[in-house]
Amino acid sequence: MPEAVIAELPIRLNGETVRVPAGITVAAALALAGQQALRLSVKGAPRGPLCGMGVCFECRVTIDGRRHERACQRLVADQMEILTHD
Amino acid sequence: MQYDVIIVGGGIIAAALAESLALAGASVLVLEAQNAGAGVSAAGMGHLVVLDDNPAELALARDGLERWQRRRAVLPAGAEYRECGTLWLARDGEELAEAERKQARNRTLGLDCKLLGRAALYAAEPNLAPGFAGGLLRPDEAVLYPPAACSWLLANAQALGARLLEHCPVAELAEGGVRCADGREFRARAVVLAAGTASPELLPGLPLKPRKGQLAITERYPDLVRHQLVELGYIKRAHAATGDSVAFNVQPRATGQILIGSSRENEDTGAELNWPLLGEMLELAGSMLPALRQCRILRAWTGLRPATPDGLPLLGPVPGRTGLWLATGHEGLGITTALSSAALLAAQILGRKPELDPAPYWPQRFHQLSGSALHA
Amino acid sequence: MTEARFELIVLGAGPAGLAAAKAAADSGREVLVLDDNPLPGGQIWRGGPDQAPNARARAAFSALQHPRIAYRPGARLFAAPGPGTLLVELPEGGCRLGYGQLILATGARERFLPFPGWTLPGVFGLGGLQALAKGGYPVAGKRIVLAGTGPLLLAVADTLKARGARVLLLAEQAPLGRVARFAAGLVRHPAKLAQAVALKSRLLGIPYRCSSHVLEASGRERLERLRLSWGGEEGFIDCDYLGCAFGLLPNTETGQLLGCTLAAGAVAVDDYQQTSRPGVYAAGEACGIGGVDKAQIEGRIAGLAAAGRPEEARRLFPARAHARDFADRLAEAFRLEPALLRLARPDTLICRCEDVPLQALQSCSSWREAKLLTRCGMGACQGRTCGPMAETLLGFEPRGSRPPLQPVSLETLVSALSPTDPR
Ligand SMILES: Cc1cc2nc3c(=O)[nH]c(=O)nc-3n(C[C@H](O)[C@H](O)[C@H](O)COP(=O)(O)OP(=O)(O)OC[C@H]3O[C@@H](n4cnc5c(N)ncnc54)[C@H](O)[C@@H]3O)c2cc1C
Ligand SMILES: Cc1cc2nc3c(=O)[nH]c(=O)nc-3n(C[C@H](O)[C@H](O)[C@H](O)COP(=O)(O)OP(=O)(O)OC[C@H]3O[C@@H](n4cnc5c(N)ncnc54)[C@H](O)[C@@H]3O)c2cc1C
Ligand code: FES
Repeated sequence: MPEAVIAELPIRLNGETVRVPAGITVAAALALAGQQALRLSVKGAPRGPLCGMGVCFECRVTIDGRRHERACQRLVADQMEILTHD
Repeated sequence: MQYDVIIVGGGIIAAALAESLALAGASVLVLEAQNAGAGVSAAGMGHLVVLDDNPAELALARDGLERWQRRRAVLPAGAEYRECGTLWLARDGEELAEAERKQARNRTLGLDCKLLGRAALYAAEPNLAPGFAGGLLRPDEAVLYPPAACSWLLANAQALGARLLEHCPVAELAEGGVRCADGREFRARAVVLAAGTASPELLPGLPLKPRKGQLAITERYPDLVRHQLVELGYIKRAHAATGDSVAFNVQPRATGQILIGSSRENEDTGAELNWPLLGEMLELAGSMLPALRQCRILRAWTGLRPATPDGLPLLGPVPGRTGLWLATGHEGLGITTALSSAALLAAQILGRKPELDPAPYWPQRFHQLSGSALHA
Repeated sequence: MTEARFELIVLGAGPAGLAAAKAAADSGREVLVLDDNPLPGGQIWRGGPDQAPNARARAAFSALQHPRIAYRPGARLFAAPGPGTLLVELPEGGCRLGYGQLILATGARERFLPFPGWTLPGVFGLGGLQALAKGGYPVAGKRIVLAGTGPLLLAVADTLKARGARVLLLAEQAPLGRVARFAAGLVRHPAKLAQAVALKSRLLGIPYRCSSHVLEASGRERLERLRLSWGGEEGFIDCDYLGCAFGLLPNTETGQLLGCTLAAGAVAVDDYQQTSRPGVYAAGEACGIGGVDKAQIEGRIAGLAAAGRPEEARRLFPARAHARDFADRLAEAFRLEPALLRLARPDTLICRCEDVPLQALQSCSSWREAKLLTRCGMGACQGRTCGPMAETLLGFEPRGSRPPLQPVSLETLVSALSPTDPR
């Protein structure tokens, strides 16, 4: 049987276009692009996702101009603009 | 043991007074019902601002601001003192004319201020909605984080020998002292009632009512606003003695968060949010600063300002009650005026001459307090 | 703004919420199901219908096809401004929803305990890493250590292995004796036993150590190495990810917002799953940790009771008792070892939103004082992560959360509160 074709879509990550599988979370897309740390803490330490379910707010990024969006709670969308460390 | 002074309450007014008295060598006991600084002092905006509705308010606020300014360097980092300045916004020609009058008044008083035309205003605050006529900048006004300032004042007092008992509500003001809810009694030459909106519980008949206010704070959005923003229309709306009102009042916190105020309610004295009024307040804020609309609100809360009928605090002796003093009724300016109120009252309690004229703040100005009408 | 009224609103589209919605809809009720996740399924069936792992999950998801059930994903409840009213943030903006009855099926989150290095990127929750993986987070080829307690360790290892991860170690904090007694007790729960055996056999090859926990995580900018205690000895493991948490905590915030009484950290319910607020029910992890069986049965009971069918609900009481019995055994077998509470050093962060270390909290006498003087719990998560830790480590009594329940945009708040369109 042929392998299922995974649809890909383009997103803009810190200004660069990358293609990621459809249906995954923004946190996953960022990790696939090598971004495990998504923000700096108030004292400047790098932080990445912790709870994976919208509770801890460690995965906050800017999505389409909106700051403090939880990357683990949002699915990627065509042409989505994501900024980390914003 | 007999204390020189017992202070009932542990809010910012009590904390500043305790420090002033301890500094002057008095033995002081502070009795706080809950955690010190956790009353309305933990709910307010912490804007240090000189309001000039009347000369007495102006004198106390100005002296208060100057005292904070002088201590700025020694305040702990947690007090988040920031000299962001106050920017009074004029929406139209009428309010701009008011700004000019305010500028003229400030000049004669020697208060630094600067009139901003339209272009200068938008250069100072690029995120403002279009359509403002201009503004008036008071550059040396500041904001701070009141709970930390309160705890610092109390720590200073304690270092000078004052004693603080938390979770120790006072149940009764007795002759020459107080009785606590747990039955303990403490004696002092002077007792100061500084229990904020709870003060009438200990002194029924006190002309003091809670005036509820609401605030909301956002997540961190550094640089969205730079000054404490207030509208010149604020005075008109907020100081109307009756009815609920909202005003545009936005403050950049040292954390990068934005504190959004404010509202005034006279009838509702519960701690719950008034959602429709909160909606109005936020809508007003969003209309003045459209970028706020996208900002996420982290929390909203209420606070009860201790308000007197004439808007001035009650600072001075209670007529007919030897050794009993009042330090409350600071409404929406108690953070600004904490240090000046403390200096003014401490001097009187210790029998010294205060720097400001104390008479306008004396409780006896109210007929309820003028004779022996008050009985505990 | 939009305003709508529903006979019954179910909050949460996990096993409990889906079961509740179906039971009520089958009894003729019109139901709205709200969930803040982009996909239905709650924690266990997180990937939505397309990733349904088995027939049971597919059966549960069929509820969403029911003609009397409406479902809104990405819906965040943020306030309850008055009786029978909820304010909700939908992807398109704020709205006000009226309800006759309400079922809270808000599930659970993980319990974290601080240890040095736990804030490094690469350190995840245990179920957290599973949830992320289900959302496409890359785990293939990663060297992963899983630490914590209970059957979730096995379930997560299974998920990650199926996605190509190299799971190096499962560190169970409970001692072998308790785990063995628990496993033996599963004979009374044959379905669970079958599951456990199936999992175990697939996991064969991954060391499973009891009396083990992480002592410290280290690395530059991200996790590189762990120091662990296993059965009293210490050792190091180099790895890419750590999944670590210590059981679950009921999500009670919504219940608190509505004024429901809590008991033992969960929303208190009566036999019919009704809370202290008439017309408000709770089911699943929100009213006590117990897993998917308990969640589904409680959901059904709540749905039937809300739909006015108490006799049918009663018939499920024995099954619920059985499920709760399992939950009790689980809690006893995997109760936390005291050593876990002593891992944090003075400079270990407790509040990750505001970077507050343990030592800053030790001089405070209450949660309120800690909040006011250190900003602990005042950040974005509003104490959801640090609050329970401060309670466990320092004995601070937690406080009810303040609205909004979730950070919500000013615009959304205003639109949800603005008067209804007269049209
Ligand atoms: C929304 C809002 C915004 C504000 N913004 C500003 C601003 O920008 N600038 C400004 O200057 N001011 C502002 N204020 C006003 C300021 O917060 C108050 O004027 C000030 O905090 C009053 O302090 P207090 O010590 O009198 O009261 P509190 O802080 O309430 O202190 C009274 C204390 O007495 C204790 N107490 C009560 N009963 C007893 C008892 N029986 N025995 C012992 N203790 C007792 C209480 O627990 C409490 O801690 C604002 C207020 C609000 C509500
Ligand atoms: C991270 C994690 C992983 C788990 N993995 C497993 C596993 O592999 N196997 C297993 O048997 N058990 C697992 N569990 C246990 C699991 O919680 C239960 O087995 C089962 O999912 C409980 O069902 P529930 O319906 O009570 O809660 P949940 O499945 O948690 O569903 C609750 C739903 O309500 C939503 N919600 C909560 N608050 C709001 C709000 N204010 N507004 C809108 N929506 C809201 C949540 O987003 C969630 O979708 C896990 C638990 C967690 C926390
Ligand atoms: S990882 Fe915790 S909120 Fe996204």
